[in-house]
Amino acid sequence: MKPGNILVALAGQPNCGKSTVFNAVTGASQHVANYPGVTVDKKTGWFKHNGSRFEVVDLPGTYSLTSYSPEERVARDFILHEKPAVVVNVTDASNLKRSLYLSFQLMEMEIPMILELNMMDVAEKRGVEIDVKNLEQRLGVKAVPTSMKKGKGKTELLLAIESAAAQSNKRQSVRIDYGALEPYIKDIEEQLFQDAAIGAQYPIRWFALKLLEGDEAISGLVQGRHVRAGAFLSYVETLRSRFEERHGAAPEVHIAQRRYQTAEDIARTSIINLDPDKRTLTDKVDGVVCHRFAGPVILVGVIWLLYYLAIVQGYNLTNYTWPLLAKLRSLVESLTPVPGFIEIPLLRAFSLWFVDSINALLNYIPIFFILFALIAVLEDSGYMPRMAFIMDRLFGRFGLHGQSTLPMVLGGIYVGGCAVPGVMSCKGIPDERSRLATILIIPLLNCLAKVPLYVLLINIYFAAHKAWAMFFISTISLLMVLPVSKLLTLTVLKDKETAPFVMEMPPYHLPALRGVLGRAVERVWLFIRKITTIVAAVAVVIFALLQFPGLNSERMDFYEKGKEEAIARFYQKIENYPEHHAVLQGGALMDMVNYWEEYKAAKMMTQGEDAMRTLQANFQSRNPVFFSIAQPQNKEDKKVNREFKKLVKARNKLLREMKKERINNSFLGKLGKTLTPVTRYAGFDWKVNVALLSALAAKESSVATLGALYQPDESGQENQTLEQRMENDSEGFTPLHALALMLFMVLYPPCLATTIAVKVQTGSFKWMLFSMVYPMCLGLSAAVLVFSGGTALGLTGMQAMWAFYGLALAAAIAMGLVKNKTEYV
Amino acid sequence: MTLDQIKPGSHCRIKKLSIGDKLGQRLMDMGVYSGIRVKVLRNAPLEDPMELELDGYCMSLRHDEARFVEVEVL
Ligand SMILES: Nc1nc2c(ncn2[C@@H]2O[C@H](COP(=O)(O)OP(=O)(O)OP(=O)(O)O)[C@@H](O)[C@H]2O)c(=O)[nH]1
Ligand SMILES: [Mg+2]
Repeated sequence: MKPGNILVALAGQPNCGKSTVFNAVTGASQHVANYPGVTVDKKTGWFKHNGSRFEVVDLPGTYSLTSYSPEERVARDFILHEKPAVVVNVTDASNLKRSLYLSFQLMEMEIPMILELNMMDVAEKRGVEIDVKNLEQRLGVKAVPTSMKKGKGKTELLLAIESAAAQSNKRQSVRIDYGALEPYIKDIEEQLFQDAAIGAQYPIRWFALKLLEGDEAISGLVQGRHVRAGAFLSYVETLRSRFEERHGAAPEVHIAQRRYQTAEDIARTSIINLDPDKRTLTDKVDGVVCHRFAGPVILVGVIWLLYYLAIVQGYNLTNYTWPLLAKLRSLVESLTPVPGFIEIPLLRAFSLWFVDSINALLNYIPIFFILFALIAVLEDSGYMPRMAFIMDRLFGRFGLHGQSTLPMVLGGIYVGGCAVPGVMSCKGIPDERSRLATILIIPLLNCLAKVPLYVLLINIYFAAHKAWAMFFISTISLLMVLPVSKLLTLTVLKDKETAPFVMEMPPYHLPALRGVLGRAVERVWLFIRKITTIVAAVAVVIFALLQFPGLNSERMDFYEKGKEEAIARFYQKIENYPEHHAVLQGGALMDMVNYWEEYKAAKMMTQGEDAMRTLQANFQSRNPVFFSIAQPQNKEDKKVNREFKKLVKARNKLLREMKKERINNSFLGKLGKTLTPVTRYAGFDWKVNVALLSALAAKESSVATLGALYQPDESGQENQTLEQRMENDSEGFTPLHALALMLFMVLYPPCLATTIAVKVQTGSFKWMLFSMVYPMCLGLSAAVLVFSGGTALGLTGMQAMWAFYGLALAAAIAMGLVKNKTEYV
Repeated sequence: MTLDQIKPGSHCRIKKLSIGDKLGQRLMDMGVYSGIRVKVLRNAPLEDPMELELDGYCMSLRHDEARFVEVEVL
């Protein structure tokens, strides 16, 4: 065998386990789910076997290889143009007969093929027995039984791939006899042979069949390459209509029919179905899950449970994880240069900003972990297609598609998805109009990055009605998305192509604990990585934008004078205590300030009397005199302590004023303020504007920036959560403000990564721009409506919330009654 | 008779697809071809779509699309 790359393609029908096979042989981690159409793009990985390097491509699952749907085109074009050395046709052994329909088409493409009989465990359980030898003989290809979920059969598969790649002469696979169509095929084949351009490059018989099927992409190829394309294609057309006239069926119908008949024929001799009625359990479950009344109730229940477990219980978990993050901050603090009286070293300010930004998000990891685990359970179980089944009628009314459910779930129908995979998975929607509508509305759903802001605001302003508020925010996005998508399909998208809703309903699986936890960890890890890259980068930029140009020397002099006055006053006050006076001279005063801050911080972190005593002993041994001031015992010490506290207070006031002035003067502060004349009506002050601006790159940044804007000053607030700090710092910010802000966040323009995904999926710059502009206008309108409207009517946060909910519901119902026109050809 | 008129729980046999192109091809690729036995399992909670069982597996289909499938009741 020659060294170098050997290209191996995995092809098969949806949900047969291709990605599982891919992961098993390459060790990569592709998205696996019990839901047809999860892999919509081809993915590449590689493995080494006996010294050769094999490049494996996981193709999207397809039932067939026509040019009607994008994933079929991707799979077909790959095999046709990249010419892999081996195609591994992954099949669901428990459903082999149907899988053969695709296998025949792959065989016709004349690439060395291996038939992988995957899911043997399922087949066995259902009492399906396969005579592998007989099957190999009848098909003329090597067959390898596997149960890839359990890793069974992997070695045999690798060996088979190796030997198939090594065989220079193709093993002759059998041909389907197309009966009455054969003369027509021969006729076209002969004409193609005479044409060097096509004859040398493509599998002739396959090409002829496709032409007879009336495949437009193949006609297009002929158009580009054939010397007398026009005449040739019109000849093909005459053949097609002649066949239909004589045999009463269009060639494509005849072809499909023959393929199924041959599959049936082969199945009869090589598949023994001992117990053909094993679907009963799935059917019984479906009887309940898709039941007229029970179905929707279960669906709502599932969503509610998801929120409850992930958001409410997950949030309780953060009470245990927050102290860890606070420790991390203290650690960083202790490593950076100590602050002067009013001079905070840039490195210190930056490091703390950075940690605060990241911590604000890391705090939500328990929530995400639970959420991802639960979504993995849903995916594995097979519940997702049932959701599509239940939702199609509803979504259909709003110009969407039952299959919009998967992108919407990934995008955050369940609170906490991600718009990027959501938009990417829209590729699987066969209906162009619904597909574009789904792409455009996905960013309006509650992606992961919006959740921290919701949780933050709800915990402060709707603490008494947490579960309801969470229910509101997670369903309101769906409620707004529906009329919006309908509006889009009635206006900008009204002339786009439509396609049928035909979807497989796979049997239920019991989710495997390991897979579920593995996927949850993996996605949390992905989230963390995103923080450390995008959000960290944004944090740096925002820091610079907030820090500079900074204070001019005139203002610095002003604050310097304030500092000197405060210190002079302090010395004057403790003149009568010469001992203390002498100790706190010069640099020692600043040492005392830092000692004091440290002591206070340490006290906050310590619980229990014993621990407190150890702590005090510790600080006392470090500096007995400082300790006597910090923890005064006699009257003198108490007096000095009081004066010292005043000094610290004066210092904090100076620091706060300086910071406020610095942000006021900063680039971002100026921009935030420029926008307030407009955003005022939505209830956004400039701090909120700054946070929202920073969220343009990645929404996670909104909380990170808020976290830093409400950054603890050097006054011992370090160990409070952001909730506590916001509550203390922002007077006048009411639940109504919070509601407007949350609604704006729901309708916030997509982040950078999503924008790129939209560009890729729509293939157009125009749609990308549109996807950014329209949510912004929409969001501002909604926020203004809630805030200005709510203020004018004197509504409370909860009242405004339900009033808005009612409005959205009314809009949705009204839009649902309007009809889209649909064509079926 | 067409497939959309079949009541949940009844069986039928496909006679002909009276539509070509995208919908017809898609139905054929999913295993709906003349001669095959189909059981209508149920309708979705909102009536549409419907779930079918054919040859050991299940699929769903909108009524609007099922009306292009001619069947005979068994
Ligand atoms: N019991 C059993 N389940 C399997 C086996 N292989 C895969 N699965 C499960 O089948 C489901 C589908 O697997 P995927 O690997 O996502 O299938 P796919 O072919 O990549 O699907 P698409 O990308 O949607 O075309 C998952 O729930 C897998 O865990 C197997 O050998 N036995
Ligand atoms: Mg896959």
